[in-house]
Amino acid sequence: MPLVELRNVSKIYRLGDEEIRALDDVTLDIDAGEFISIIGPSGSGKSTLMHILGCLDSPSKGTIRLDGTMIQDASSRQLAAISNRKIGFVFQFFNLLPKLNVLQNVELPMIYSGISSRERKERARAALEAVDLANRSKHRPSQLSGGQQQRVAIARALVNDPRIVFADEPTGNLDSYTGEAILELFRKLSQQGRTIVLVTHDPEISAVTPRRIEIRDGKIAEKLDPTLAGLNRPAPKLTSAVETGKA
Amino acid sequence: MKHDALSLQLDPVGLSHWAQLGITIQTGLREIWAHKFRSLLTMLGIILGVSSLVAMSALVKGMERGAKEALIAIGGLEKVRVDPQELPIEQRHLTEQAVGITINDVFALQESAPLVTRISPQMRIGGVVTANGKTFRPWLLSGAWPVALELSEHVIEHGRMFNEVDDEMARNVCVIGTATRDELWGDPEKTGHEVIPLGETIFINHVPFIVIGMFQHYESEQDRKAREFAKAQAAQSPKGGVRRDRGWGGAGRRRGNFVFELKNSTIFIPLNTMWMKFRAGATYNGIGTGSTGDPRLSTLELKVGSVDLLPESIQQARNVLMCTHKGIEDFTFRTQEDWAEQINTFIHNARLSGGLIAGISLLVGGIGIMNIMLASISERVREIGIRKSVGAATGHIFVQILVEAVVIAILGGLAGLVASFALVRMIGNFSPTDNAPVMTGSAMAVAFGFSVLAGILAGIFPAIKAARLNPIQALRYE
Repeated sequence: MPLVELRNVSKIYRLGDEEIRALDDVTLDIDAGEFISIIGPSGSGKSTLMHILGCLDSPSKGTIRLDGTMIQDASSRQLAAISNRKIGFVFQFFNLLPKLNVLQNVELPMIYSGISSRERKERARAALEAVDLANRSKHRPSQLSGGQQQRVAIARALVNDPRIVFADEPTGNLDSYTGEAILELFRKLSQQGRTIVLVTHDPEISAVTPRRIEIRDGKIAEKLDPTLAGLNRPAPKLTSAVETGKA
Repeated sequence: MKHDALSLQLDPVGLSHWAQLGITIQTGLREIWAHKFRSLLTMLGIILGVSSLVAMSALVKGMERGAKEALIAIGGLEKVRVDPQELPIEQRHLTEQAVGITINDVFALQESAPLVTRISPQMRIGGVVTANGKTFRPWLLSGAWPVALELSEHVIEHGRMFNEVDDEMARNVCVIGTATRDELWGDPEKTGHEVIPLGETIFINHVPFIVIGMFQHYESEQDRKAREFAKAQAAQSPKGGVRRDRGWGGAGRRRGNFVFELKNSTIFIPLNTMWMKFRAGATYNGIGTGSTGDPRLSTLELKVGSVDLLPESIQQARNVLMCTHKGIEDFTFRTQEDWAEQINTFIHNARLSGGLIAGISLLVGGIGIMNIMLASISERVREIGIRKSVGAATGHIFVQILVEAVVIAILGGLAGLVASFALVRMIGNFSPTDNAPVMTGSAMAVAFGFSVLAGILAGIFPAIKAARLNPIQALRYE
């Protein structure tokens, strides 16, 4: 059984009379241990897909099975609990709490899953160890470099031992060298058996992952756009590419 | 199957709700500490509200205590006065036939009103008292029976009360209060030695009287404490020299409550003496109320057997008096109950209005908290988004904001209680009455409770607002 099973999932927003299909009938399976990238231009619906997969949002239609549980009808409280224990998020802007130190930031998800203070500290230290930041645990996020902050965010995402980790443009705010290091860290985690979903608009980054899914206009493109297929050259004609994608 | 799977995953893990609450409170405190000045300003509303509530209640409590003390000092609820009164309109034409309250009424009541246990007729005149080269005009110069001592709650400290024999023989003896002594022979507080003028001759409206007794000094509980404290202080300081006036509220003699002043400034002489020397025609001059030969009493003081039977006792006495007065109602009954009622009404009103004002200031404090919490959450939209993205449920965020509001209110409430001590001290010094404010635990508990309530009410709306934030939009918020 796949870890994530999306069946005919749609997300529809209404603006007055207009219907906006952010996701349109998406069907997708993700197996445990996969390293996968979701790629698409901004506004394509890839973020919506990630939010629904990550239990931050609910679909308008369709079913989602996450780790054996149907979640499309779960209440916000249940979604919060599931997202807390099964899902880790890494964001473009790191999203660390500036008032807490590094260790406290990593402890944060465990506070909401109700883990004792001692175990929280132990696990947060272990997670920081895993991203080579154990010596910075007392620092504030503002005292760290971007790459270090992102590693703290990764430690935070991993600390509850989630079934799946989503990374939303994790290198978008980093220089290419640091970004490379972060991707390398993801690759390492993938080798350790983590299920990781990279969400990006950058084909170079998606090239890192063995499996790539392209989203266009709320749908999964059947065939990968050659420009997005990890080939480092500009698209010759975007319109035709869209058409082929839709075909 | 679906539901089973969900509930399985939502099994609570390890940590108790209390421990989570502890973390939430820590977070709240950290947030308050991060904005010290802002939080202090916010708390100020609550501090003022709580301290004014406590101070107001203390002030009213002090007044109540003083009033009750005075009520007891004047004879308690069992005492009823019969005072002469103008005739009711429908009897005006009978004015000439009205006899007034006389000694006959006393005898009639003694015979026919068993519910009245003690009767003290009093005949009063205005007058001046001279002795030792000084003159004094007492508040109350009254001819009475020995029983007056009991009815007016007087206590003889030196000498004796005049007795039936003194009354029968119309002897020129008198019993005075400390105020008369203070005026004529000097205040022991000032002169440093106490004169007990037993056996001295004083002239009441130029008629010589021998002082045979003196009442104790009457004062309110608080005055007594203040005086004893001052005395103890004086005894401690070895120099002991000249007492200096310390201005307001110092060790200087304070004017007591009016009731105590009145009692201290009372002179009793036997009723017959009063009648013979001042009323029956032998008076030396015309000072005073009565024309000569006026047999009327100024007032009758009655004591009833029990307060529970007060209305019945009054009715009985009224019936008797209606007989002796031939149905002419030239008298009226004054009970202390009216006074007690007045005290209660006053206390009630004072409490209500004071409570209202303090309540409003607490409300304003609560609005301040709500305001700052709303500002705080719009500053922290991103933080809330982050917390939600790592798995904080709506409830977690709700509790966090609510706890922050309540923590501000609790800190403000505690600070308010501390401030109320200072406020009460200050009010005590400037207080218009001599009744020291009394702080009660219940008032403090109520004020604190209300501050917490204000915090909760103020926190609910911002907490709901924060909890409802959409995490996706919150994360995008810059």
